[in-house]
Amino acid sequence: MQQQLETFKYDNRIVRNFVYASVLFAAIGMLVGLLAALQLVYPSLNLNLPFTTFGRIRPLHTNAVIFAFVGNAMFAGIYYSLQRLLKAPLFSRALSEFHFWGWQAIILAAAITLPMGLTSSKEYAELEWPIDIAIALVWVAFGVNMIGTILKRRTEHIYVAIWFYLATWVTVAMLHIVNSLAVPVSLTKSYSLYAGVQDALVQWWYGHNAVAFFLTTPYLGLMYYFLVKAANRPVFSYRLSIVHFWSLIFLYIWAGPHHLLYTALPDWAQSLGTVFSIMLIAPSWGGMVNGLMTLRGAWDKVREDPILKFMVVAVTAYGMATLEGPMLSLKNVNAISHFTDWTVAHVHVGALGWNGFLSFAMFYWLLPRMFNTELYSKRLANIHFWIGTLGIIFYAVPMYWAGWTQASMWKQFDEAGALQYKNFLDTVTQLKPLYMLRAVGGTLYITGFFVMVYNLWKTVAQGKFVAEEAAQAPARGHQTTANEFWHRVLERRPMQLLALSFVAVAIGGIIEFVPTFLIKSNIPTLQAVKPYTPLELEGRDIYIREGCNNCHSQMVRPFRSETARYGEYSKAGEFVYDHPFLWGSKRTGPDLHREGGLRNNDWHFKHMYDPTITSEQSIMPRYPWLYTSKLDASLTAAKIRAMQTLGVPYEKGFDQVAGEALAKQQEDVYGAISKETMDKFQQTFGLTVGKDAEIIALIAYLQRLGTDIKTPPSAQSTTR
Amino acid sequence: MSAMFILIGASLLVAVGFLFAFFWAAGSGQYEDGYTPSVRVLFDDEKPDKD
Repeated sequence: MQQQLETFKYDNRIVRNFVYASVLFAAIGMLVGLLAALQLVYPSLNLNLPFTTFGRIRPLHTNAVIFAFVGNAMFAGIYYSLQRLLKAPLFSRALSEFHFWGWQAIILAAAITLPMGLTSSKEYAELEWPIDIAIALVWVAFGVNMIGTILKRRTEHIYVAIWFYLATWVTVAMLHIVNSLAVPVSLTKSYSLYAGVQDALVQWWYGHNAVAFFLTTPYLGLMYYFLVKAANRPVFSYRLSIVHFWSLIFLYIWAGPHHLLYTALPDWAQSLGTVFSIMLIAPSWGGMVNGLMTLRGAWDKVREDPILKFMVVAVTAYGMATLEGPMLSLKNVNAISHFTDWTVAHVHVGALGWNGFLSFAMFYWLLPRMFNTELYSKRLANIHFWIGTLGIIFYAVPMYWAGWTQASMWKQFDEAGALQYKNFLDTVTQLKPLYMLRAVGGTLYITGFFVMVYNLWKTVAQGKFVAEEAAQAPARGHQTTANEFWHRVLERRPMQLLALSFVAVAIGGIIEFVPTFLIKSNIPTLQAVKPYTPLELEGRDIYIREGCNNCHSQMVRPFRSETARYGEYSKAGEFVYDHPFLWGSKRTGPDLHREGGLRNNDWHFKHMYDPTITSEQSIMPRYPWLYTSKLDASLTAAKIRAMQTLGVPYEKGFDQVAGEALAKQQEDVYGAISKETMDKFQQTFGLTVGKDAEIIALIAYLQRLGTDIKTPPSAQSTTR
Repeated sequence: MSAMFILIGASLLVAVGFLFAFFWAAGSGQYEDGYTPSVRVLFDDEKPDKD
């Protein structure tokens, strides 16, 4: 049975390139994050420029960190380990190159379009449709390259890490496609295929599983390779790794609705999300325990080796975040945590601890090997470890504190039964010192990161790059007896494994989608709810462009503290024409769903120019460009037609007269702003604002928000 | 919205397949060797530089 040894070469170039790209974009992503953090303390850092305001900067930060830093690190780790686990070079060098350059081009496109305000508004899926298509293409190239390599492998057995990679690929592909479906209006503008509650469900089914399958499963795979290699110990339990793999991918896909607890999402879907989130503790901790227990009897190594230190903190952070996640999915906990900085703390324990530290460990391990040298300085790596760990603590603790503080203040009633902190701003200014501390934590973390960059740079400089690493292995035999066919059949058939992973994740999606889409009774239709006027629609698009939804929710939850503050709680039927939904996930500012009619146009007119005119100490950015830019109504008719395509009941031919309706409403909204305010603007700021300014459209939208069901109850009916 | 229904229909088909595949996988004894793969991964890097 002795077979001829085959000689082949591992491609290290693609791995090195992805590592470099990851480090570069990590620097950018983190610095942008630090800018965003500081903007919440010093609003002047918004620079009064459209491109640098928080609403556009925040998506840039999240996208850069998730898809550029973690994404590139993931690809580096996968391509390195895949070749060695399968004893085969990558399937296609051309595909590798296409994958690498395609992904960097997408990142570049994101870095340009997001500050320009070209966004779908859907969190972690903000990029507009042409870029979405490019992502799908590059993702397919990645998949073909990976599966091709698996098919050409020289080992029979497919190691557990590769299962995680495959599940990552299948699921992200499905999530990305389903969530990105939209009707284009132009090359840079589209409307989500789904509306309101349905859009929210699809978005958080995507959003949660982006965390699950972009930030978790690939990194678990990497843990099962790099932790094991760095410790030079077999994984604690291979069996556990298999069991927790299947249970993890099966359970994760159901958990999305826990992002929508107490919203207008049907209650059964919320409960389903909660139940599965709780169950997720088991497979998540299965992974954590497996990772940490792998180091049993090797803790002396952990004391010596900074790489293992990073890994221990990474896996521990994973364990903490995956216990906290299910806790946050309990409705009573979520009632406190949701919309506050608690969520921000939670995700950063995952991002800084789990993804960040595991990536750093991987870089420290990979580069010396690929450059045939030792790490330049172990001491610097240790310094990085401690600064980074301190950074995580200084980041997370103030954010927890901020979350609890703000939630408590929101819910506090005085003895007379009125809100203790009636002015929302009081609950924001209270957090400023904590926001400052968070920026300190972020600075520490970034400082550590740059220590690593220096260390890696010196390592690379002292080594010699091994672009092609020669290896030998016997060819894979194809003798399969009937017995063997049943024996470990799954792990020997990558395509079947792929199909099974797909099925496992699809089940979760189906159970949640089918009833909501098919059973109309889930979404009571309110007859009073009418489509937006053309001007309101344009105003809404400005709201999306400026990323207002990054700080303002549009979802009044059915709590006394919220109805007392904002008004009637939000109903599912109110959002049926909202393509996309704009419920938001964070209240850095107050909820806006009942904003319509709450204040006069003058107030909004002053507020958006400089929030401190109306609300002293406000940390909201200024939007002076809305007063000088004219509303671009050239697409209004096309937007109406796109909405009609999506089933929004505008009258036939309305697109033809939309322009007139828009101009008419501009007059009305503009006319409702007092002459004193206009004169004052001219005197103080030398500003003459026309009725075709963008701010007028935005005010029209804000004054419409939540007003449909303020009509008497007799005018409403539900189909329930 | 019709795209959604096509997608659901297709997914449902796959879902039924999963149920069968699950029992098939569980009965096929694929969890029997729960040890060697964990050790084999450690040897990978030792071999290549023999040449």
